Amino acid sequence: METLKYTFQAEKRVKHKAHVGVVGSANLEVIFLPTNNSFSTMDISSKFEGHSAVWKSILERFFAENNCLADIEINDFGATSGVISLRLLQALEVANLDNE
Amino acid sequence: MSDKPRWNLAKLDKNERINAAKKFTTTKEIKASQIVDFYEAIIKPGDKVVLEGNNQKQADFLSKFLAKVDVNKVNHLHMILPSISRTEHLDLFEDNIAEILDFSFAGSQSLRIAQMVQDGTLKIGSIHTYLELYTRLFVDLIPNICLVAADKADHEGNLYTGNNTEETPTLIEAAAFKDGIVIAQVNEITDNLDRVDIPGGWVDYIVQSPEPYFIKALFTKDPRNITELQILTGMMCIKGIYAKHGVKSLNHGIGFNTVAIELLLPTYGESLGLKGKICTNWVLNPHPILIPAIESGWVRSICSFGGELGMDKYIRARPDIFATGRDGSLRSNRTLAQLAGLYGVDMFIGSTLQIDYYGNSSTVTAGRLSGFGGAPNMGHNPGGRRHSSEAWQSLVSSDDPLVKGKKLVVQVVETFGQGVTPVFVEQLDAVNIGRKAGLPAAPVMIYGDDVSHVVTEQGIAYLYKAENLDERKNALRAIAGVTPFGMSSTKENVDVLRQKGVVAYPSDIGIKVTEAKRSLLAAKNMEQLVEWSGGLYEPPEEFKCW
Repeated sequence: METLKYTFQAEKRVKHKAHVGVVGSANLEVIFLPTNNSFSTMDISSKFEGHSAVWKSILERFFAENNCLADIEINDFGATSGVISLRLLQALEVANLDNE
Repeated sequence: MSDKPRWNLAKLDKNERINAAKKFTTTKEIKASQIVDFYEAIIKPGDKVVLEGNNQKQADFLSKFLAKVDVNKVNHLHMILPSISRTEHLDLFEDNIAEILDFSFAGSQSLRIAQMVQDGTLKIGSIHTYLELYTRLFVDLIPNICLVAADKADHEGNLYTGNNTEETPTLIEAAAFKDGIVIAQVNEITDNLDRVDIPGGWVDYIVQSPEPYFIKALFTKDPRNITELQILTGMMCIKGIYAKHGVKSLNHGIGFNTVAIELLLPTYGESLGLKGKICTNWVLNPHPILIPAIESGWVRSICSFGGELGMDKYIRARPDIFATGRDGSLRSNRTLAQLAGLYGVDMFIGSTLQIDYYGNSSTVTAGRLSGFGGAPNMGHNPGGRRHSSEAWQSLVSSDDPLVKGKKLVVQVVETFGQGVTPVFVEQLDAVNIGRKAGLPAAPVMIYGDDVSHVVTEQGIAYLYKAENLDERKNALRAIAGVTPFGMSSTKENVDVLRQKGVVAYPSDIGIKVTEAKRSLLAAKNMEQLVEWSGGLYEPPEEFKCW
């Protein structure tokens, strides 16, 4: 079990709460919560240890491309980097849907 | 000169063997209970024995009892095995019955082979592609003994191989016309055959095996297991490759990436208006995943390597699509389908376990000497091709009037394999494994200079457009995600490559990553495949869970 915490400067506030994915084999859940801060927080719990460099790279790319402002919680059960990036984008999309 | 030259030694040798076998039979039929004694009478030390270990059906009765012969009588055999799938195939070497091995594919036995080579228990002649192995049977690996499997035989030795004809006719032809001994195990001996796949005149002996031969539904994949990333790369392939190049004739490798594409054609492909413009003529095993595309009118023809369990009734009901005999069942032929996949199609698309920084790829990893089967035949651009097509011509990237088109050879991978193993590596494991096994050439599956496109969840690298090796490497780097190789990429470099069209990210070709959803699949599980087939597809037990 590994816990990782990061903050990223960001500007685009998400509209509302979002939850995608499940904590299942090679999968993860991603939760977005709107924030009033001027930076995003990342709170990651991963079943597997020793991959902080990969996590950091994924997140840096995600924030560089999306600049989104939210408190994000991730519960991971061995997802690949591709799945992690996809779930982040899915959660961001849901968090900005207009119909809530 | 006192001695006249003699030109019929092989015929004399064959007669001698047949005479020795006369104490077991005076017809073509051998009793299953006498097979070991029969082997000891008819096989000589040092014989070249081709054994039908196919990647689908197995001459398992014949192989199981070959491993039981008295090693004092039968030894030093040179085994030629298209596919090594059964433990007894390698027991032959451990028990000193056989000495040299020539093969194409090892699958489940790949770890054990690597160990046996290191221990000196087994000498490898070569690792071949299927076509190389089949053709060498006619050139310098001419078999003395040919052991094959068929569904049925009549008393004259005519064989019915039906759905699963696969390479049986090729293996038999190589032996039958060079005075080799052909022995077929059959599930049933009958008075009348509905169709003859191999004439009895080519077959010396038949033996009814106590159990039907073993066969596996190798190409059937449950759509339940298709991931969103496979759907994403599938959409990217359809839009960024199939549609872009107008790919009409093609071969799909085994694996979930191509399965996803097949199930996206009637939905996503349809929405792009591509029906009739791509994916019309296939070289493919007749597996059930393609049923929705066939039923929606995408597919005009399918040329098959082998059969696929559970597809018999469906195939019989769709003779315009499949090659069928007078009896109505499929006729497959691995040799001809491999040739078709080599010369006749515009694209091969498949997956791999490792790709190096220049696009060379291999499935030989971590001590596994797996071989490649047919992938290198289909996964390369044959220099001998002369007929043109829209897709083939579209890979010409120069004005020189003598520049030829190219076949599309596409590799689809996720940037990371299981867990955090990067697919992109500086050096393929195959290089060291090949060295350790004493192989003169590293077991590379597909060479980088044959690969035209590599696709990851990150993007498509159009390698055929790369102007030099550096640009090729940078294009791969740009789609390598957060692997160490991908992290060495710079934004400036990537921007230039995207501008030039050497690299495309999903957004460059109008694909929104979050559109990749399982709801796009034309069938989400096995039940829906059965529904699409109108109840004609009958899944094997292991795929039934309803």
